Amino acid sequence: MIEERFDAIVVGAGMAGNAAALTMAKCGLQVLQLERGEYPGSKNVQGAILYADMMERLIPDFREEAPLERHLVEQRFWLLDDRSHVGMHYRSDDFNEERPNRYTIIRAPFDKWFSSKVREAGATVLCETTVTELVRDDRERVVGVRTDRGGGEIHADVVVLAEGVNGLLGTRAGLRARPTPDNVALAVKEMHFLPRETIEARFNLKGDEGVVIEAAGTISRGMTGMGFVYANKECISVGIGCLVADFQRTGQTPYGMLDHFKQHPSVAPLIAGSEIKEYAAHLIPEGGYKAIPQLYGDGWVVVGDAAQLNNAIHREGSNLAMTSGRIAAEAIAEMKSRREPMTAKNLSLYRKMLADSFVIKDLKKYKDLPMLMHTHSQNFFLTYPQLISKAMQNFVRVDGTPKLEKEKATLKSFVKARSWRGLIGDASRFARAWR
Amino acid sequence: MNVEPSVRVEDKLYYNRYLVDIGQPHVKVRAHTTPSAELLALLKVCPARCYELNDNGQVEVTVDGCIECGTCRVIAEPTGDIQWSHPRGGYGVLFKFG
Ligand SMILES: Cc1cc2nc3c(=O)[nH]c(=O)nc-3n(C[C@H](O)[C@H](O)[C@H](O)COP(=O)(O)OP(=O)(O)OC[C@H]3O[C@@H](n4cnc5c(N)ncnc54)[C@H](O)[C@@H]3O)c2cc1C
Ligand code: SF4
Repeated sequence: MIEERFDAIVVGAGMAGNAAALTMAKCGLQVLQLERGEYPGSKNVQGAILYADMMERLIPDFREEAPLERHLVEQRFWLLDDRSHVGMHYRSDDFNEERPNRYTIIRAPFDKWFSSKVREAGATVLCETTVTELVRDDRERVVGVRTDRGGGEIHADVVVLAEGVNGLLGTRAGLRARPTPDNVALAVKEMHFLPRETIEARFNLKGDEGVVIEAAGTISRGMTGMGFVYANKECISVGIGCLVADFQRTGQTPYGMLDHFKQHPSVAPLIAGSEIKEYAAHLIPEGGYKAIPQLYGDGWVVVGDAAQLNNAIHREGSNLAMTSGRIAAEAIAEMKSRREPMTAKNLSLYRKMLADSFVIKDLKKYKDLPMLMHTHSQNFFLTYPQLISKAMQNFVRVDGTPKLEKEKATLKSFVKARSWRGLIGDASRFARAWR
Repeated sequence: MNVEPSVRVEDKLYYNRYLVDIGQPHVKVRAHTTPSAELLALLKVCPARCYELNDNGQVEVTVDGCIECGTCRVIAEPTGDIQWSHPRGGYGVLFKFG
C-alpha cells in the first residue's frame, strides 16, 4: 500500500491519536495516521465536555474554528431516588469569559475538524483502514503495522497506540492486559433534538451558554454508575453508564436503564417532545491509577483510553487523552532530534513527563476510589441516595410534626440502614480514598 | 419498584447508520451445546441486543446492529466463548454524532 518508511505511525484518530499526530507533524516528523472509521469520529462516542486548556495547548485559536456547542456556565450534580433529586447547582457568570473554560461538543464533527488540522500540519491520514497487527522484529521490537488494506507491512521507528479503550492491537501483542469487567464501564447514550429556544428555556440559558447535569443514585439500581444530561445547541445528550462487571452480575440491560433514566420525573421534562437521532454505546476506562499498564516499550508507546488514562470521578477522559498524546509525541520528537533510537529506555521519557503532568497526579490522587465504589456500590448508589432524599423531604415538607422529632426520625433512618459503625466507616473510607 | 420498561432495541438501532459487511461478521460465537454463564450474560448486556437464544437453547450472534462497544469482548473473549475483531475498515456502525 505505502512503500515509504515513516518516523511514526499513529493508530487511531480519536483525541489521543490526533493530539499525537498533530504534535509530531508540527515537529517535522513523517507521520502516518491510520483510522478504521469512514471518517475520524465515525466510531467515537463521548458525552461530551471539552476542556479548553488542553485543547488550547494543541491548537491555540481552536475557539475560532472548531465545531463547539455551548460554553458551560452551570454544572448540576444530582443525587436521585426514584421520584426526586437532591441537587447542587453551581452557576457563575464568571464562566461567560472571553476564553471559556469548558464547552459541550459533538464528537463526530469535532473529530473531523481536529483531523483536518492534523492533515494541515503535514501528517498522512488514512481512514477506512483497520490495523490488524503490530509487526515485530526478531528481538520483539515493534517495527511497524499490518492493515486490512493488504499490501504488506508498513514500517516506522515508533508506533503510537491511540486505539481507544477496546484496543485490540496492544492486548493481542501482549503489551498490556485486556480490560476486565471491573475496570471498564459500559455507557449508552442518545441524542435528543429540540429547537434551540426550547433547550434554552428549559435549561435557563441565553445565547451559547450551556449546562451539564451529572446524576447518580437509584437510577443505577445499586450498581456503580452515573447518568448525564448535557445541553448542546440543538440537541441534548442523555446517557448512563455502569461497570460491566455490575451489568454482568445483575443482568440489568443498558437500554432498560437508559429508558428508566429518561423517564425519571426530574429528567423527562427536559427532553419531552424531542426527536431521537442516534443511539450509541462505548466503554469507559474506570480502573484508575492501578489499572495503568506499561506505557512504552521498544518501538511503541500507548496513549489515551488504551492506557486507561481516564478520570472517572471527574468525568475527564478526552483531556487526559489529548495530553498523553501530546506528551508522547514530544518525547518522540525529542529522541528524533537527538537522533537516538526509539528504545524502551529512551521512550521512558514519556512516562516521566506524564508523571509530572496532571494526568498521573490526578489519577494517583484517586487511586483507591474505583475499588471503594465498586465494593460498596449498594451503599453509595442506592442506600444513601434514598436516605438523603428522605431526609430532604422530611426537612422541607410542612405537616405539623415538630422539627426535633423530624430530625430524630431522619437520623434514625440513617442508623437503621447503615448502623453507626457503618456510617462512620463509610465516611472515613470515602475520605481516605478521596484524599 | 424498578420495573424494567419494555424497550424495543430495534427501534433505537433504526436511528443509526451502518455499512454492513455482508458475509463477514466481526464477532463469532464458538460452537457449543450448552451456553456458558458468560455467553448467557451477553443476552442482557449487549446494548444492541445482538445475542439471542436459538430454539436449541444455544447463544447466537447477529452483528448487523452492533455498535462496536466491545462489552461482549471484555466478558466472553477470555473464556474463548467468542472471537472479536474490528469490522474491516469503513464498515460497521457510522456515528453521525457519537
Ligand atoms: C459516554 C461517554 C461520555 C464521556 N464523556 C466525556 C466528557 O464529557 N469529557 C471527557 O473529557 N471525556 C469523556 N469521555 C471519555 C472520552 O471519550 C475518552 O477518554 C476519549 O475519547 C479517549 O480518546 P482516545 O483517543 O484515547 O480514544 P478514542 O477517542 O476512542 O479513539 C480511538 C480511535 O482509534 C480508532 N481505532 C481503534 N482501533 C483501531 C485499529 N486497529 N485500526 C485503526 N483505527 C483504530 C478508533 O476508530 C477511534 O477513532 C466519555 C466517554 C464516553 C464513552
Ligand atoms: S460489541 Fe457491543 S454492540 Fe457489538 S455485539 Fe458486542 S456487546 Fe453487542
